Amino acid sequence: MRNVIFILMVFGAMQVQAQDAVHGKAVYEHWCSPCHAPGGRKHPGTSALEIIYKGEKPAVLEERLDLTPELVAAFVRNGVKIMPPFRKTEISDKDLADLGAYLSPR
Amino acid sequence: MRYPPGVSQPDFDRAVLEFEAAIGSDWVFTDEADVDLYRDAYSPMWGEEEEKIPSIALAPQSAEEVQALMRICNAYRIPVYPVSTGKNLGYGGSAPVLNGSVVLDLKRMNRIIEVSEDNAFALVEPGVSYFDLYNYIQELGLDLWIDCPDPGWGSLIGNALDHGVGYTVNPYRDHFEAHCGMEVVLADGDIVRTGMGALPNAETWQQYRWGYGPWLDGLFAQSNFGVVTKMGFWLYPAPEAFRSGSVQVMGYNDVHELVRVTARLMYSGVLNTNAGVQSPIQFVLGQNPEMAERYDRANAEDIRILDEFARSIDTPFWASQFKFYGPREIVDQSWEYTKRQFAHIDGVRFTDGENLDFPMPYEELMQTQDENHLGVPSMSVFQLGNRSNFNPTGSNGHLGFSPVVPMTGEAVIESNKVLGRVLREMGGSTVFNVPPYSYHQRTFTILVGFTVTRDVDANRKTREIFRELVKVAAEHGWGEYRTHTAFMDDCAQAYSFNNNALLRLQQRLKDAIDPNGIISAGRYGIWPKHLREDDDNA
Ligand SMILES: Cc1cc2nc3c(=O)[nH]c(=O)nc-3n(C[C@H](O)[C@H](O)[C@H](O)COP(=O)(O)OP(=O)(O)OC[C@H]3O[C@@H](n4cnc5c(N)ncnc54)[C@H](O)[C@@H]3O)c2cc1C
Ligand code: HEC
Repeated sequence: MRNVIFILMVFGAMQVQAQDAVHGKAVYEHWCSPCHAPGGRKHPGTSALEIIYKGEKPAVLEERLDLTPELVAAFVRNGVKIMPPFRKTEISDKDLADLGAYLSPR
Repeated sequence: MRYPPGVSQPDFDRAVLEFEAAIGSDWVFTDEADVDLYRDAYSPMWGEEEEKIPSIALAPQSAEEVQALMRICNAYRIPVYPVSTGKNLGYGGSAPVLNGSVVLDLKRMNRIIEVSEDNAFALVEPGVSYFDLYNYIQELGLDLWIDCPDPGWGSLIGNALDHGVGYTVNPYRDHFEAHCGMEVVLADGDIVRTGMGALPNAETWQQYRWGYGPWLDGLFAQSNFGVVTKMGFWLYPAPEAFRSGSVQVMGYNDVHELVRVTARLMYSGVLNTNAGVQSPIQFVLGQNPEMAERYDRANAEDIRILDEFARSIDTPFWASQFKFYGPREIVDQSWEYTKRQFAHIDGVRFTDGENLDFPMPYEELMQTQDENHLGVPSMSVFQLGNRSNFNPTGSNGHLGFSPVVPMTGEAVIESNKVLGRVLREMGGSTVFNVPPYSYHQRTFTILVGFTVTRDVDANRKTREIFRELVKVAAEHGWGEYRTHTAFMDDCAQAYSFNNNALLRLQQRLKDAIDPNGIISAGRYGIWPKHLREDDDNA
């Protein structure tokens, strides 16, 4: 029998000391991309933003030039419509700061 | 800081210090802004007095920490509400049934303890999501599929404990049925392993489910008897191929034969997954008042005219979509065999659907009709109630009414009429009405989704309709398979054989196992003694 025994520290426990925005990207990919990646059919965040902005702003969050860490934090902690807020066991304050850095234009 | 009911402020203040000593103050959330993140984001009572809001939240990292917390809660009789990933949106989210309970958030317990490729199982902690397990299997290149519900961010454990469901084959798609072995912390902090796990050094905890003596696992689902800290799940060895196809029948009365044959194929294992019954003509009927009236009345003359109408616009009255998973030859032959079983129905039509071979690259899987049916977790289902061209303002989530009905043509027609009538008469605003679908083996479940808003009056109206649906469904012998925390008592009351004998037995067990009644009071209608005596909660 081939058993794979492995203790995996999955995302929440990940320790990243490096560049904030690098960790922010990882946070984004884990928690946001499933709804905000390109392609509205399978990504409800993207399709809702297509309807809100009708092309005036990019529908994909990563392509936005007007996001600030404060704005990102407000949406992440309050949620909006069908997007629920995220708890601190999911996205810690440090994760959130890194996520804000990643999504704000450099 | 908010305080839980039934605990004095000094006691609770002391308990908080003990919580902090047990798990570290970073993981004891007392700040209201932090605790508000545990409100039910899709609450149908948002902002009302009745909304369920926790007092504080605790986030332990191990079963030992859970034990320590339970001992403290038990000593001070603090009501506690465990959640795994707390994503039970549509069914109450992470908010407790008893207002002011302390949420026990198990998200940080996120270890995948073991995955066996050859014996096809996983042993996981509560914080492990479907995304986590999928990614783990992909990274190690294991030849296994998971079975996931539509939203990928939920947990295997939380989903299974609420009798959640997915879309591949039996027995994996009914997630509680797919589990094998549990570890549970009880109200007094004792820790138990069920099944073969009771044997120290057990080698078959995740393979042989019954263990020795009475099987107790069922006690811990849809209930409040313990905090589950580990659970095993059987996994599906990756199939070689998938195909789908649809069978359409033209006449109103053909639904009986369509469902009878479908059921037979399922019970004999030819069809090994879910199927439903849709009515392609329903939308057109809805636009035509005369036909809608005939559909609702459906006497012999109405049916003759309805059938003529269906034929005149060349639209089938009913259709079922079938899926096959497995070796290529078997999948192909199963579809051929299935078509032959329906061939005797006058005017029947068949349409081939997707036809896929695995393995397939992730990007291609995400281009298929529904990746969740191929064991790929995603979030695409959140299109439900989302902003769209038809619904440019969107919603604040939904609420699911989900009664179980028999797998018969009569039940398809009857449930559709009876529930439809309540919805029409009471003016409900539903987001979706999923046609009868066999989420579980041998039955259909009807899923009526209500829009949740931030408008108090609209939400009140929805609750009123929901309660009426529960009552009317029960009169017809249909009960909910699962419900939102707002309606746990209503649905439990419907299961009232012999003066609620089942609920009374559950409450006797509750009093024995959790005598202080601290765990998830009120979940699935099971209230502990001290809250039963209080008329407000009885
Ligand atoms: C758009 C949409 C589509 C959905 N589609 C599906 C679907 O296809 N299939 C489906 O099944 N569901 C579906 N759901 C409902 C829900 O989102 C999922 O079932 C989800 O997996 C449940 O959340 P969770 O896994 O985080 O469980 P949790 O919220 O963690 O747990 C659910 C409940 O179980 C109890 N519980 C959880 N963990 C423990 C524990 N360790 N010990 C004791 N008690 C515990 C608690 O009472 C908790 O409230 C859908 C929801 C939405 C919004
Ligand atoms: C369940 C799917 C889902 C997830 C997961 C999700 N979002 Fe969203 N998000 C949405 C939807 C849908 C909207 C649009 C809401 C509306 O209709 O107004 C949205 C809107 C937003 C907005 C507002 C944009 C604007 O200009 O109005 C921001 C910012 C945002 N999301 C950030 C995030 C971040 C950051 C994450 C990850 C931490 C995330 N979202 C995860 C679905 C999601």
